[in-house]
Amino acid sequence: MLVAVSPFAALRDSVVLLNVTALHIPDGFLNLPISILTWLATAALLAVAIRRTRGELGERQVPLMGVMAAFIFAAQMINFPVAGGTSGHLLGGALAAITLGPWPAMLVMASVVGVQALLFQDGGLVVMGANILNMGFLTALIGYGLYRATAGGPRRLRLAVAGIAAWLSVMAGALATSLQLWLSGTSSLGVVVPAMLGVHALIGVGEALITVAALAFILRTRPDLVEAGRARGGRGWVAAGLAVALAVVLLAPLASADPDGLERVASNLGFLDQGEGAVYTIFPDYIVPFLGETPLSTIVAGVLGALLVAALTVGSASLVRRAGRSEPEPERPVP
Amino acid sequence: MRALQLERYVAGDSRVHSLDPRVKVVITVLFIVSNVLLPDGAWLAFLLGWALVLLSSALTGLGPGYATRRSFVALPFALAAVSAIFALPGRPLFAWTLGPWHLVATDAGMIRFASIVVRSWLSVQMAILLTATTSFPDLMHALRHLRIPRLLVQITALMYRYLFVLTEEASRLLRARAARSARPVSGEGGGSLAWRARVAGNMAGNLFLRSYERSDRVHHAMLARGYRGEFRTLNPHLMRREDWTVGMLAMLFLLLLQVISRTGSL
Repeated sequence: MLVAVSPFAALRDSVVLLNVTALHIPDGFLNLPISILTWLATAALLAVAIRRTRGELGERQVPLMGVMAAFIFAAQMINFPVAGGTSGHLLGGALAAITLGPWPAMLVMASVVGVQALLFQDGGLVVMGANILNMGFLTALIGYGLYRATAGGPRRLRLAVAGIAAWLSVMAGALATSLQLWLSGTSSLGVVVPAMLGVHALIGVGEALITVAALAFILRTRPDLVEAGRARGGRGWVAAGLAVALAVVLLAPLASADPDGLERVASNLGFLDQGEGAVYTIFPDYIVPFLGETPLSTIVAGVLGALLVAALTVGSASLVRRAGRSEPEPERPVP
Repeated sequence: MRALQLERYVAGDSRVHSLDPRVKVVITVLFIVSNVLLPDGAWLAFLLGWALVLLSSALTGLGPGYATRRSFVALPFALAAVSAIFALPGRPLFAWTLGPWHLVATDAGMIRFASIVVRSWLSVQMAILLTATTSFPDLMHALRHLRIPRLLVQITALMYRYLFVLTEEASRLLRARAARSARPVSGEGGGSLAWRARVAGNMAGNLFLRSYERSDRVHHAMLARGYRGEFRTLNPHLMRREDWTVGMLAMLFLLLLQVISRTGSL
């Protein structure tokens, strides 16, 4: 049977497929506090990422990041048949982080998510911060952190760890998406976490297989590209990546098996009040006193919380940077 | 896929097309924020929001139903919100037992679910109109004016430029694979799962190297043409009185929606 592959049809199919399976949250599914919170965290991270890559790549960063973002988008079209009409395909966050380094990967994934939202309505605009966080930052953190931990190890070990990192990065994105949906009052925890993690455990296998094969190909052909990535992030990434991976591994079964427990913890922290009237009053304990119980107060509370998160993020980022600097930087090969 | 296919309607000359892209971006984002802020079950406000979409769509010259017809892309995600039907306390509507779960659908849950889907559906429509009436370079320039970091905008603009080049390269790879792996009309493709995954991975790795090397050539080409760290445009992007008026009217309308949803009986 002759299969005509029209580029447009293939692209459209890949977008539709992503929409069903992947983690692109559309507008309207997250409430405003969560949207603002995730946007602020994303903005802080992107600011650091821009500064870091500028120092490293200089003027070259615009063409390199731009073309590699287009690459991730195009690579998401590449699929392989699994069974029963389903196919595995690449999301690319972990591969980008391993090959380009964590900060460039964040910028690349942010552009990918942005174009998918602006051009294809795949993922929302106001919730884009959450989408970038789930698909760009978490994947970069886990993908790079775990892979970096095996630097200098034998090739087979590195590839195996890259596969695990790719799988975990998809799971982390799915878990974060579920938690954001739950905190927004859109989904109930006991349903959304097992469902999302179940689906993405399979998607993650496809992601892991392609990532490992692609990385093996690149290591065979241009090992210098991936080795150069060693200078791009220090031990801070390893620690952070391991910590987040561990959190996913521990939190996922807990959330699936005992959602009530997690909800109890959340309400003990004053984080959640299930059964509230409107979606936007989800942080009842986060009411700013002089504003009273209004949506505005909630927004202000959200912003204050987000600033805290942003400060923590920037602080830890500078720690990461210092950790990175303490290492002797190997000579970068001229590309 | 070519840019022409994607931007089929961008070349229109309606009043919406000629509106300053900044105004369109701000209105779209505020419209989405407004949708998110509307309480559950604010049906009148939702309906008025849809009226705004239909009106804007009619003004673009693409027909009032243009945005609505294309707005069903995000609906599969509604699955994620289904559980809200059973999660909220309220008057029980119906119940059934599904394996280990006993599910009770409540009226509050149904209203929450419907509201989430409607919010998302309205938001997507406005985003579709923005994309349909604004060329991507204009959109990027608007984001630049709206103080989105220069680097992020430039990377995204350059990504858009090479999107079509690289997706065509990817589809050539896919076509080559299809041509070399004949398979029976019914039945599975050949090879084990791991083998198929490795082929796909090699294609991705191949595309990676081609893209990486291309980015080098692009960089040299940019330097040769005098790139100084800023993309230039001939479009002046001046806010005219009309732009201000439309922006203000839209904001007033959105404010009205919020007031209606909170004071009216609906």
